[in-house]
Amino acid sequence: MSTQPTHRLLVIGNGMVGHKFLEALQNKTHNMEVTVLCEEPRLAYDRVHLSSYFEKPRPDLAMGRIEDYQSWGVRVVMEKATHIDRENKTVHTGSRALKYDTLVLATGSYPFVPPIAGKEGQGCFVYRTIEDLEAIEGYAEQATEGVVIGGGLLGLEAAGALKALGVKTHVVEFAPCLMPVQVDEQGGKLLKKKIEQMGITVHTSTATQSIDLLDGKVKGLTFADGRSIEAQMVIFSAGIRPRDELARASGLAVGERGGISINENCQTSDPSIYAIGECALYQGRIYGLVAPGYTMARVVADQLTGGESQFTGADMSTKLKLLGVDVGSFGDAFGQTSGSEEMFFTDPIKGTYKKLVLSSDGKKVLGGVLVGDTSDYSTLHSMFSTGMDIPGGAEHLLVPAPAGGTQIKATLPLTATVCSCENVSKGTICDAVAGGAQDIASLKKCTKAGTGCGGCVPMVTDILKEQLLAMGQEVNNHLCEHFSYSRQELFDLIRIKEYRTFQDVLEHHGQGLGCEICKPAVASILASLYNEYILKKEHAPLQDTNDRFLANMQRDGTYSVVPRVAGGEITPEKLIVLGEVAKKYNLYCKITGGQRIDLFGARQEQLPLIWADLIAAGFESGHAYGKSLRTVKTCVGETWCRYGVQDSTALGIKLEERYKGLRAPHKLKGGVSGCTRECAEAQGKDFGIIATEKGWNLYVAGNGGMKPKHAQLLAADLDEATLVRYLDRFLMYYIRTADRLQRTSVWLEKLEGGMEYLKKVVVEDSLGIGAELEAAMEQHVGTYHCEWQATLSNPEKMKHFRHFINTDESDDNVVMVEERGQIRPAFDFEKADLLPMISGD
Amino acid sequence: MTQLLTRDDNNQAVWVPVCELNDILLHAGVAAKVNGKQVAIFRVEEEVLYAISNFDPFTKANVLSRGIVGTRGGVYKVASPLLKHSFNLQTGEYLDDPTIKVPTFEVRVENGKVWVKG
Repeated sequence: MSTQPTHRLLVIGNGMVGHKFLEALQNKTHNMEVTVLCEEPRLAYDRVHLSSYFEKPRPDLAMGRIEDYQSWGVRVVMEKATHIDRENKTVHTGSRALKYDTLVLATGSYPFVPPIAGKEGQGCFVYRTIEDLEAIEGYAEQATEGVVIGGGLLGLEAAGALKALGVKTHVVEFAPCLMPVQVDEQGGKLLKKKIEQMGITVHTSTATQSIDLLDGKVKGLTFADGRSIEAQMVIFSAGIRPRDELARASGLAVGERGGISINENCQTSDPSIYAIGECALYQGRIYGLVAPGYTMARVVADQLTGGESQFTGADMSTKLKLLGVDVGSFGDAFGQTSGSEEMFFTDPIKGTYKKLVLSSDGKKVLGGVLVGDTSDYSTLHSMFSTGMDIPGGAEHLLVPAPAGGTQIKATLPLTATVCSCENVSKGTICDAVAGGAQDIASLKKCTKAGTGCGGCVPMVTDILKEQLLAMGQEVNNHLCEHFSYSRQELFDLIRIKEYRTFQDVLEHHGQGLGCEICKPAVASILASLYNEYILKKEHAPLQDTNDRFLANMQRDGTYSVVPRVAGGEITPEKLIVLGEVAKKYNLYCKITGGQRIDLFGARQEQLPLIWADLIAAGFESGHAYGKSLRTVKTCVGETWCRYGVQDSTALGIKLEERYKGLRAPHKLKGGVSGCTRECAEAQGKDFGIIATEKGWNLYVAGNGGMKPKHAQLLAADLDEATLVRYLDRFLMYYIRTADRLQRTSVWLEKLEGGMEYLKKVVVEDSLGIGAELEAAMEQHVGTYHCEWQATLSNPEKMKHFRHFINTDESDDNVVMVEERGQIRPAFDFEKADLLPMISGD
Repeated sequence: MTQLLTRDDNNQAVWVPVCELNDILLHAGVAAKVNGKQVAIFRVEEEVLYAISNFDPFTKANVLSRGIVGTRGGVYKVASPLLKHSFNLQTGEYLDDPTIKVPTFEVRVENGKVWVKG
């Protein structure tokens, strides 16, 4: 037990910064009693990504979790502070008084609503809390046009959200260009053009005179120049104001235009009271970004636990994606440093704009603006923040590298901050890599880099590669020693040059004879592209274990056989046939997870005989042996079930029939559920479809297996034709771009831009390849054949199923024993008693 | 096809005709029974063949003839279809630990026929 008196620490405010403070403090508060006052009806959530609240399914924006707070020893009081009594060191709420020794104000800010006539009308909103968003969402149902007042960062976010709700959207900005705080006039023009291309009307240099009401409801706006527009909704996004009312009333020093004055320690004029985040004013500035707020939170947590870190201002650089437009602004973006020079690069075709502000000698980057392409943001920002000299001339920083060439990438000093949200330096990342964190996921875990806005992930990836190389580890994406290409590069080479055989590909692009890595990979690519019979003379030797004999090899060299049972639906006659075949050839029977029946213990030479019987009974190959579509699992849906809302069985069968035989980088599984009860476990599949009252929801990139992953929603309430179109695109895009043996879930994890990007490609056809992908799938569907039927009609192929080329004998090393009324392969210790001798010498 | 010879009188290995050259696909293998032994014969080039035991010592199954033929650093090899252990086709050595070896057999082609000495 500690004999020290307990120190009472009280935090007012549980927004992002308040939460970060508690997180930074955790496990350091041995003799502290920590209490947090939370005014909103929920604990801290991610306001930076507030707009994603309208996505379906709703993302979980929560940051503060009660169980975490409990484990950190934090008491949560869901009440609003009403008064600070500094004399008695007490904070009052409506119902209680809380004593403190140290008080931290993290009260944040409120949205500024300009004094425009009509601002009280029904249909006027602000954009800060989840409640605001819920109100906007509700009201949007009866609105056709809406206006966002304010064309800054948050205003554009709000405009995007409004548009997503199906409301025709206007943005009104008083300044001559959008995002006037971050972006210069040129960049602003391009931004405006891009946003207008999305169907949002932008009015710059425009002041709103009045919001016109009818029966107290918004009906339109009148501008200062006399123009007016119709609208039923208005969202104010005209900046923020610090919430300093508690501090002000208690006599703490505040700024002329608001904000609680703080020093380098983040202390207010009362040394026992700190202020952090958007309510704090440091040297006449309010920092309205999350990263500086986090820095303040860490400073105070450190100070209260014996550290000496200080807050000395922060970088207001920012990189974000607004309505799909990449925007970056850093350092002295407006060239206010005396003697600074500006350098521009504009690509009107691609719609990109880059500006760099350079020191008078042109050797250092002081700041810049990027619109349309922010891929260099991390590099440029680091050059600015470290003050390093530009390697090889500034023009290299602006002009894109020629295709195939390499952009000069400056090597950053170890002190450079890579992740500004979590304040992680390059040095920290390098140490973590050296300590064994050698992929992005583990780097995120142990350094927290990339866990904030995620903007630094590409840079973290580069550092990881650089570091691995420095450690002498091979980092390349070459398939194997025979091909210096990644699978995706090979796929494109084969597709564009139309190679039809492995030998052709090897001759033009490889060396050696190939191996068990590149041969099946190329075989799979050829099958995805041309869907030729895989046991053709030139293809057969490439096929991996199971494809080679169109069956699944088990540990003793025998095979299992899985006929297709589309959607898991089977007639009694066919069910009987499976039993009869199993009895005839003495096979072990097992029902699989994919709603099929697996027959084990078939010797190589028996495979054609078994299949002849199965095909005669109307079965076809189930491709259980291939890295290809396996099954589409279904429930009985509305046909039988009292809850079903659609015919999931019929759809599942249809999809399995459509995609059967499709070869992919890895196996593909599907599922269709007839209602939200999800009995087909569709969300654990590479593609899963769940019925809704309005249509089908399509989930992609899930899997069971070693690392279970839930599939994510790609699109909702689709009709069948659209569903099939999106699935065609999704599957083909995966087949073209994934690595060998990479399941869809891992592929999506590694896909730059993740699910958002995939949605754009598949749903919005942002790459313009939708039609091509669909045509590729159509071609596959048109070339489907049952591989077993093709094999049985080819006497030449049949020869290869004999165990020995020179005798009809069987492999005498295959020995079965009986267990639970069926066969299984004998284990070694059992064989000694069963075999006269083991032929293996 | 029936087995021709077993052994000569002194129990020495003898050459046994096994199959036609064209019974073996280029860059692939077949299994044959030669004097009671399971032999995996691989056709690594048009007229270049190697033969090793068909028995995979790691999985204790007669499967090597069904593996993928390839090279590692210029050495002809086969990867077992079960757990992908690679064996040098000329020496029978397991590539990652040469102390583990599978037996090798002499093989030759004559007038389009494949002969194995076993």
